[in-house]
Amino acid sequence: MASLETSVERSSSSYWLTTVRRFVRWLTRPHVILSLIMLLLMYYMIIIPLYRMLETTLTWQMRDVAAVPGAELGGFTLYHYIRMVTGALSQIYLYTPLKHSLTIAAGATVLALAIGGSLAWLVVRTDMPGRNLVNQLAVIPYIMPSWTLAQAWVVFFKNRLSGGTPGVFEFMFEQSPPDWLAYGPVPIIICSALHYYTFFFLFVSAALMSIDSSLEESGELMGASRWRILRKITFPLVLPAILSGFVMTFSKVMGTFGGPNILGAPVRYYVVSTMIRGSIGVGDRADGFVLALVLILLSLLIITLNQRLIGTRKSYETIGGRGFVAQATKLLKWRKVFFVGVIIFQALVIIIPIGLLVWSSFMLQDGNYSLSNLSLQHWIGERGTIYNHGEPGVLLNPKIYKTAWNSIRLSLWTALFTALFGVLLGYAIVKGRGTRLSKLVEQLAFLPYVIPGIAFGAVYIAMFVKPLGPLPALYGTFSLLVMVSIADKIPYSSRSGVSAMMQVGRELEEAAQIAGASVWRRFKSIILPLTSAGFVSGFLLTFISVMRELSLIILLVTPDTQVLASQTMFYIENGDQQMANIVILILIALVTLGSFIISRFRGGSLKKGLGM
Amino acid sequence: MATSITVKNLTKYFGDVKAVNDVSLTIEPGSFLTLLGPSGCGKTTLLRCIAGLEDPDGGEIYIGDKLIFSHAKAISLPPGKRELGLVFQNYALWPHMKVEKNITFALEIQGMKKEEMQERVKETLEEVQMQGYEERYPREMSGGQQQRIALARMLAYRPKVFLMDEPLSNLDARLRMDMRAELKRLHHSSDATTIYVTHDQVEALTMSTKIAVMKDGLLQQLDTPDAVYHYPANLFVADFIGNPKVNLLNGVVVGNRCVRVGSFELNLDTGHASGEVVVALRPEDATISTQPVPDAVEFNVYSVLPSGSETTIVASREDVEITVKEAGVSRVKMDDKIWLKFDPHALNLYDKDSGNLISSKN
Repeated sequence: MASLETSVERSSSSYWLTTVRRFVRWLTRPHVILSLIMLLLMYYMIIIPLYRMLETTLTWQMRDVAAVPGAELGGFTLYHYIRMVTGALSQIYLYTPLKHSLTIAAGATVLALAIGGSLAWLVVRTDMPGRNLVNQLAVIPYIMPSWTLAQAWVVFFKNRLSGGTPGVFEFMFEQSPPDWLAYGPVPIIICSALHYYTFFFLFVSAALMSIDSSLEESGELMGASRWRILRKITFPLVLPAILSGFVMTFSKVMGTFGGPNILGAPVRYYVVSTMIRGSIGVGDRADGFVLALVLILLSLLIITLNQRLIGTRKSYETIGGRGFVAQATKLLKWRKVFFVGVIIFQALVIIIPIGLLVWSSFMLQDGNYSLSNLSLQHWIGERGTIYNHGEPGVLLNPKIYKTAWNSIRLSLWTALFTALFGVLLGYAIVKGRGTRLSKLVEQLAFLPYVIPGIAFGAVYIAMFVKPLGPLPALYGTFSLLVMVSIADKIPYSSRSGVSAMMQVGRELEEAAQIAGASVWRRFKSIILPLTSAGFVSGFLLTFISVMRELSLIILLVTPDTQVLASQTMFYIENGDQQMANIVILILIALVTLGSFIISRFRGGSLKKGLGM
Repeated sequence: MATSITVKNLTKYFGDVKAVNDVSLTIEPGSFLTLLGPSGCGKTTLLRCIAGLEDPDGGEIYIGDKLIFSHAKAISLPPGKRELGLVFQNYALWPHMKVEKNITFALEIQGMKKEEMQERVKETLEEVQMQGYEERYPREMSGGQQQRIALARMLAYRPKVFLMDEPLSNLDARLRMDMRAELKRLHHSSDATTIYVTHDQVEALTMSTKIAVMKDGLLQQLDTPDAVYHYPANLFVADFIGNPKVNLLNGVVVGNRCVRVGSFELNLDTGHASGEVVVALRPEDATISTQPVPDAVEFNVYSVLPSGSETTIVASREDVEITVKEAGVSRVKMDDKIWLKFDPHALNLYDKDSGNLISSKN
C-alpha cells in the first residue's frame, strides 16, 4: 500500500488510478470486508436455497415426467401450484392442513398468552409469595424439547386407537378417553401453549417491569376500578410486548413438527408442517416446497402486520425509563391460593410429564400397568430380544451413543459458528452504521426469522442435492445439518452481536487505531475481550437450543447423521415408545446440564438468548 | 522536534450537512491551537479528520512536509502512521487492561524492549503524577485519575502531535482548573504541537497560543487569544467569547467619528462605515461614575450582581441595555443613576448586514 502511494505520487495522478485507489481503500476497511464476506456467506446459506426452492416448484420434476404427458424435465411449469392450489387434491394437501395449522397456531397463541401473561403479572406486579421461584420455573417448559409434553400426553391419554394399548388415564379410571381428548387439535394446542408460553412470560414481564406504576396510580387516584386500570392503562402499555410474543409464538407453532406429528398423525389430523414432511417423504419434493412457501409467506404476512400495528408511534418502550417503582398489587387472602395454584400448574407441566416418561420407560410392555411388568429391558436389555425390533437397551446401544455424540457435535459446531457469526455480524453492522451496506447486512441477517423451521429444512434439501459452486452435494452429510442450524440462528446471532458490539464505545477501538494497532490486533486485544462475556453465554444458549431442535433437521437427517431429537421421532413412529421416552429423558438431562452451566455463567440468561 | 500542521480546503460531509466547510489553517511548530465553537460547529470532526478517524470529502492535510491526506490524490495515511496522539473526551481507557498495559499497548506495537518499556511507564506516570498506579484497572480510579492515565497513554509513545478532544469536560470545575495548569505545563515542557478542542471559551483563552473559532463548519477567526478577545472578526465571535457577554448595540453612523445609539451618541473611528452598524462594547471597557462627568452618558441601574472579586451591573437607558463590570464590590444600588464613559479605542464597529468587523481602535 505504501509503495503504491509513493509511486502514484511521482507519476501524474491519473483519474482512474485515484479511483482505483479510493475503491481499494473503501474495500480494505475492516467493516466493509467483513460485510462483503458475510453477505457472500448469507447469499449461499439463505438466498440460494430459497431460490432453488422456488425454481424447483416452477419446473417439471423427474416424477412428473412419468405421470404427466408432455412434461419435459426441467422445463418451466405452474403445474405444482395449480395442483396444490386449485387441483382436485388441493383440499387434502393444502387447505385442510392450512386450516388445521391456523387453528392450532391461533389456539396455542391465545392459550399461551393467557398463561404467560398472567404468570408475568403475578410475578412482577403482585405480592404473591415465592415469586423468584416461579420466575425460574416458568422458563423450564421452554428449555425441554417441544414434543416432550406431547409424548407425555400420549402416555397418559392415549386410547386403543394407536398401538392398541391403554394409557395411564384408562388404567386409572377404567374408561377409554375419547379421541378428541387423546389426539388431534385439543392436545396439540394445549401442549404447544404449555411450551411456548415462555415467550409471553418473558416479553410481558419485561414490559411490565419497565412501566412506572405511577401511571397506574394516577388512574387509581381518579377513581378508576382495578379492572378498568388493567384494561385501559396497563394493557395498552404492554400491548407491543404482547404483539411481539404473538408473532413469535404464532410462527413457531406454524412451523413446529414434533407435537403435531405425535398427536395428529394417529387420527390423520395433518397440519402444513407434517404435510410437508409427508410430501417430501414420498418424493413429491416440488409439492412439499409449495407448502413450505405458503408457510414462509404466512409468517412474512404476520410480521409485516405486526410492524404495521405496533409502528413507532405506539412503541412505549421508553416509558418510565427511570427504573420501575412498581407498587405490588395486594392479593390479600388470595395470596396463598394463587401461590399453590401456580405451583400445581408448574408441577403439571414439568414434574408429571417427566414422571410419566420415566414410568413408561420401565414398562416392559407398553400399557401393562402391573408391577410384574416393570423392567430395565429398555434401559439395559440385551440385543436380539423381541422388544424394540431387536435393538439393545438404550444404555447398551452403540447407535444411541453415536446419535448422542452427533447431537453434541452438531450443537457444539453450530454454537461455535453462531458465536463467530455474532461477532462478525455485530462488528460489520455496528461499525458500518448508517451506510447502505450495513443496512443490507442487517436485513439479510433477519431473513431466516421468517422461515419456519420445517420450511428451512425443506429449503436445504433443495439446495444441496446437487453440487453448488465450490460446494459438493451435501445432502446426507453432517455438514449440512450444521449449515442449516447456523443459518437458522443467524437472526439471533446478529441481534446479540449488535447489542454486544454497541456496548463497546467506538473510541476504545479508535484509541487503539491511533496507537498503530492493526485490524487483527484491535480485534484480538480490544473488541474480543470486551464482548466475550456476551458471546460465551450466546454460545451456551445456542448449544442447548440446537440440541432440542427437531423441525429444522427432521427432513435432513439420514441414519448416519441421526441426532437424539430426530431419533425420538423415529422410535415413536416405529412404535418403540419406551425407547423414545428414554431418549427424550437423555435429551432433557443434557439440556438441563447446559442451562445449569448458563445460569452459573455471568450475564447468561434465556432472555439474552432471545435477543431481548 | 516540533512539527507544523497544514490543513488545506478541508471539507467533510455527513449526509447533506457540511460538518467541515472548506477549512484552511496552518499551525506553527510547537504551538497550542484551540478549536473553539458551540456544539455541532465541526471542531471535533476537524480534529478527527486530522487524526485519520474520519475520511474527509475534500482537501489536504500535511504534518510537517509530509502529505498525510489528499482527496484529489486519494491518499490517506492510517491513523497509526500519522505519529500523533489523541486524548478522548471520555478517556477511552481500555477497561479490561491495567494502567500499565494501557500505556504499553502502543509501545509493544512499536516493538520496544521490555526493560525500556518499564522505564517509560515509570517516567510517564511521574510526568502525570500517578506513580504507583500501574496495577489499577480504569474503573478503580476516579475521573480525574483516569484523565491523567489517558494523558500518560498518549505521552508514553512520544507522538509529534497531541490531539485533545474536550479532555476536561467530564471533570468537575475545581479539577478542571488544576488540569488546565498542568496541561499548559505539559505542553510547555514537551513542546509538541497541540490541537485542543473545546466549547469552553475560558479554557481556550487561558491555554492557547492560537484560537480557531468555528461555526457551522466554517472557520470564523484564527488568531491569538488576545486578538480574538479584543478584535473579534465578526459578531458571532464577539458574542461567543467573553463572560459576561459583550454588549452589541444597534446604531447609525451620523458623521465622521460619530455613531448614534438610541438617544445618545458614541465617538469612535468609523472608518468607511455608513448607515446601520453594530457597536460592540466589552463590559469592562466602560468607566462608571455616580456623578455626572464630561462625555459620560446617564443610565439607570436595572440590576446589580456582585460576585466577590467583581460586580456586574446591568444599566438601561430607554430601549438600550448595557452590561458593565466593576472590580470589587460596587456601592451602586438598583434604581440608582450612573454615568458611563466609554473608551473610544475599546469599541469595535461591525457592519449590520454582514456582521463583519469594520474598524477597530487600530
